[in-house]
Amino acid sequence: MFIINCPYCGEREQSEFKAGGEAHIVRPKQPTELSDDQWAEYLFMRKNIKGIQFERWVHSHGCRKWFNVVRDTSNDVIKAVYKMGEKPPTKK
Amino acid sequence: MKNKYSIFSLVKNAFSYHENWEKAWKDPEPKKEYDAIIVGGGGHGLATAYYLAKKHKMKNIAVVEKGWIGGGNTGRNTTIIRSNYLWDASAGLYDHALKIWEGLSQELNYNVMFSQRGVINLAHNLQDIRDLKRRTHANRLNGIDAVYLNTEEVKKFCPIINTSPEIRYPVLGGTLQKRAGTARHDAVAWGYARGADEMGVDIIQNCEVKGIKRNGDSVEGIETTKGFIKTNKIGVVAAGHSSVIANMAGLRLPLESKPLQALVSEPVKPVIDTVVMSNAVHAYVSQSDKGELVIGAGTDDYVSYSQKGSHDIVEGTLNAILELYPIFSRMRMLRQWGGIVDICPDASPIISKTSIKGLYFNCGWGTGGFKATPGSGDLFAHTIANDEPHKLNAAFNLNRFVSGDLVDEHGAAAVAH
Repeated sequence: MFIINCPYCGEREQSEFKAGGEAHIVRPKQPTELSDDQWAEYLFMRKNIKGIQFERWVHSHGCRKWFNVVRDTSNDVIKAVYKMGEKPPTKK
Repeated sequence: MKNKYSIFSLVKNAFSYHENWEKAWKDPEPKKEYDAIIVGGGGHGLATAYYLAKKHKMKNIAVVEKGWIGGGNTGRNTTIIRSNYLWDASAGLYDHALKIWEGLSQELNYNVMFSQRGVINLAHNLQDIRDLKRRTHANRLNGIDAVYLNTEEVKKFCPIINTSPEIRYPVLGGTLQKRAGTARHDAVAWGYARGADEMGVDIIQNCEVKGIKRNGDSVEGIETTKGFIKTNKIGVVAAGHSSVIANMAGLRLPLESKPLQALVSEPVKPVIDTVVMSNAVHAYVSQSDKGELVIGAGTDDYVSYSQKGSHDIVEGTLNAILELYPIFSRMRMLRQWGGIVDICPDASPIISKTSIKGLYFNCGWGTGGFKATPGSGDLFAHTIANDEPHKLNAAFNLNRFVSGDLVDEHGAAAVAH
């Protein structure tokens, strides 16, 4: 269990949020031209990183807005939070 | 040849105060080269090595384990064994394992304490009833024992359950698989380790894989904390850390690793002689031979390797447990822990070759791998030895995520993942 700093509401318990998985997976621009392998890559394959991961969360029991989180998955320490559409932070 | 465990060996060793039992397995240093290396010394990995040596006559093999035997998810699961899965492919896979379980103690000469005490899956609403009845019929068509119980029959089979219609999620019925049950989880790992060791398998503990050496499209060996080991066949059975190993080989897998929690209570006298699971409220309970209640919770929804889950998950599970079993209201919990489970998008495992020659993966068992341990080892050994899947694990290949031929057990498998 950990605290997430919602960019709209401030610090709240993680149980108020839902995890939305890996961030920055871009939907293919030309879906009709994709091969099955490319679809599999987009739909199913994940980095599933042990370490620093960029991911999406939604404040489902709060403002219900989506945003991005940078979290170390080996110890659940959150490194940064940023809004949708903003550039992901680089190493500090 | 190892000394056989029996009543006579027990008596004989009693005279020397049980101080002269021979080691169940050696603790060797790695050789320079093996014909095959299994990465991961849990139940599945050790079973794979055992069947590679026993059925496929491969003698020069090693199991490398970053910690100690049975110290990972093998010792963290809730020991439930059942095969009442909906789809034909899953039914074939899990019942293959259940059939091996039924003779495993004799085969290994090691008491894995397999106890066919039955598993009940509860229905709490109309849709549950329909789903469970459908699954019961599907199970029977696949030759798997399954019966549907109404509320009174559930109460008769498990008298401590609260069948009052007044509770939030009333018990409206359930399914029963009588051949299902539990086993002693570490004994499975120890039994397979002892059996594999006897056939010449090197079980190398405290040996973490740091890299996989590739030569173009095939593997050449593994880099470990004990140095480089050459091999051209690598079977990875690393559970929650499968993606970490896959990344070393430049592969991506359709997995997400999440914490799954469980807890045990203080030991009490026998009070529940079966296993009761509930999909809707996600709580399941059984009682160990020591008398502890073994309670399983659900997974957290975020990726984490931290081996600890959220408090609200445990709270939700215990709320459900207390509503279903008011008798437990003053029980104290002794231990709570989390294990990292690797979950596939279709909640079915992967036992498969990969695009890299000589690299095989057995992963994606998610929240329910323990039950499959013997079958998983047997089929993975077949896949590695023949470089071809067995017909029972052919459906569980990696390519299904490209072809779309998924084995969708999410929700269908009698328990939510």
